[in-house]
Amino acid sequence: MNSVLSVQNLSIEYSARRGRVQAIRNVSFDVQRGEALALIGESGSGKTTLGLGVVQLLPASAQITQGAITYRRDHNGAGAIEIDVLGLRGNGLREFRWKECAMVFQSALNALNPVLRIADQFADTAKAHGYLHGNALRERARHLLTLVRLDPERVWKSFPHELSGGMRQRVLIALSLLLEPQLLILDEPTTALDILTQRNIMDVLKELRGKLDFSLMFISHDLSLAAELADRVATVYAGKVVEVGDVKTIFKSPAHPYSIGLILAVPTITGTHENLSSIPGSPPDLIDLPSGCKFHPRCPLADHRCTRDEPELEDVSPGHRVACWNWRSAK
Amino acid sequence: MANALIALDHVTRTFQVKRQTIKAVDDLSLAINAGEIVCLVGESGCGKTTTGKMIAGVLPVSSGEILFRGEEISNLRGDAHKKFRLGVQMIHQDPYASLNPVRTVFDTIAAPLRHHHYTQTETATRKRVRELLELVDLTPPDDLLDKYPHQLSGGQRQRVSIARALTVNPAFIVADEAVSMVDVSIRISLLNTLSKLKTAMGLSVLFITHDLALAKYFAWEGRIGVMYLGRLVEIAPSRQLVEHPQHPYTQVLLSAIPEANPDVTRKKSRIELRSMDVPSLMRLPSGCAFHPRCPQFIGEICERVRPELTQANGARVACHLVEEKVTRGA
Repeated sequence: MNSVLSVQNLSIEYSARRGRVQAIRNVSFDVQRGEALALIGESGSGKTTLGLGVVQLLPASAQITQGAITYRRDHNGAGAIEIDVLGLRGNGLREFRWKECAMVFQSALNALNPVLRIADQFADTAKAHGYLHGNALRERARHLLTLVRLDPERVWKSFPHELSGGMRQRVLIALSLLLEPQLLILDEPTTALDILTQRNIMDVLKELRGKLDFSLMFISHDLSLAAELADRVATVYAGKVVEVGDVKTIFKSPAHPYSIGLILAVPTITGTHENLSSIPGSPPDLIDLPSGCKFHPRCPLADHRCTRDEPELEDVSPGHRVACWNWRSAK
Repeated sequence: MANALIALDHVTRTFQVKRQTIKAVDDLSLAINAGEIVCLVGESGCGKTTTGKMIAGVLPVSSGEILFRGEEISNLRGDAHKKFRLGVQMIHQDPYASLNPVRTVFDTIAAPLRHHHYTQTETATRKRVRELLELVDLTPPDDLLDKYPHQLSGGQRQRVSIARALTVNPAFIVADEAVSMVDVSIRISLLNTLSKLKTAMGLSVLFITHDLALAKYFAWEGRIGVMYLGRLVEIAPSRQLVEHPQHPYTQVLLSAIPEANPDVTRKKSRIELRSMDVPSLMRLPSGCAFHPRCPQFIGEICERVRPELTQANGARVACHLVEEKVTRGA
């Protein structure tokens, strides 16, 4: 199997005053080498927790209750070394982060150290990981900055506050690629940016994928971002992947009532407006989840079985999996 | 313009930033009729929110006039002023911040009813609150009356703020990014509620958003205005604006928006900007503020002369190129 990351039966809970928040429930998925996988879901669906879980940066209140995360490092095509991510501690974990798997966080605009020039942000990262220094580092950083369509001359000596939101986001993307990670995780990479800036970030990401060799996992509530960038899409609802498939299948013949509803709920510029409709109800409380299929209170196809048993992912067609008892009538 | 419910006449709003004066809204003229929907779209800092606040009377204009039913709002006093303040209501972006957390839904909606004597007795207040909740599709109302904001979902909260805005029978609603903080899956139903109210109560709505697709959906029968760095650059009936945009900025925006359809979005033809740098309001480019980025820049006139909104094929567009085409065509 040629996946760079496999997540198996992962469950993550947070302890809160009101009870246990079941943010991720028994989730399994793979990121194939070289592909871009989009995790799509609404706020509170657990998708950010999933990203943080992979880089082991969960807050102290979170607990991984079950599952495994396996990362496969490619050795110049000569086989892969498997790393058990959840077993990593200390130095091993430090080496895994950024060198193998880097993450660009959602609050990207605040992720740079405000008192360091961009040059020093690169130097800091390189030093902490025993990577290049001096001129070699400078060359590598400039190369990356050019790849994200920034003018290295202008940016190199700037402080973060001197750059616009879109420029900071691109600096972060360049910085995340500094140690040549094989997997890049982006959490809401275009949220809170203006339309033209979003377009620019999307174009940069597309270009980077063509020029560098890495896999991409991005997390977003924005369906159009997935339509634009992803090879495969996984829909997340109430802490569970409810459907996964290649991007065309998910958008053209989605099988899960939630994916169908989500696609119908987003107006587009070119589309007609007649068929649009919202999903009734609202996303569930992760502390007090409904019984059976977590989508059943909002689902047009829900029957008695849905209120009782939770469906697991099953094959619809090769590569297209859905967790729904009634997907045959949904299509 | 005389019959417009709200009319802006050469309205400018300036702010002092670092001992410098910036124009957040610059020379904006716009008339909105009773029962009309107008969407203002644009990127952050384009002045759309400032425009909404001035119309709602919460921010005074620096120069120019805003007329409500033909009367200048800053001259209104006493009863006339009250009529204006009640007649124009705002729905804010953040339903988590705009509701008082220690008031129940009933208290939130009952307060303005009692204060402005729309209802005289407690029974009448209860009845009216129920009606309003049903109007905004919060049914059955009895389930919600005694709930506090933290017990409601984002969508329900936003419906409560709409119901609250309706307590005083407004004629005009300013909705500033009113659905952008609500879950994607329920935005459309919220917009449908607003559309329904517009039809049922003859409301005018100024809908402010950064999302052109949403604007097109909501203002299907209305107009969309596009703002750039404080100026209105194009305003047209919604479908026309989306299908035949005339201002280069509108064209760029439309070509940049990704679509939730992989075939369409990956084949979409893109218009490249000449520059990705967004000019600061503190150092606005001369002439047309869009000229340093404009893909259809035609030369000196764009750098020197600020284009005014002119009639062009049923729209109003502020662009020298469009102006030239219209003159040549005529």
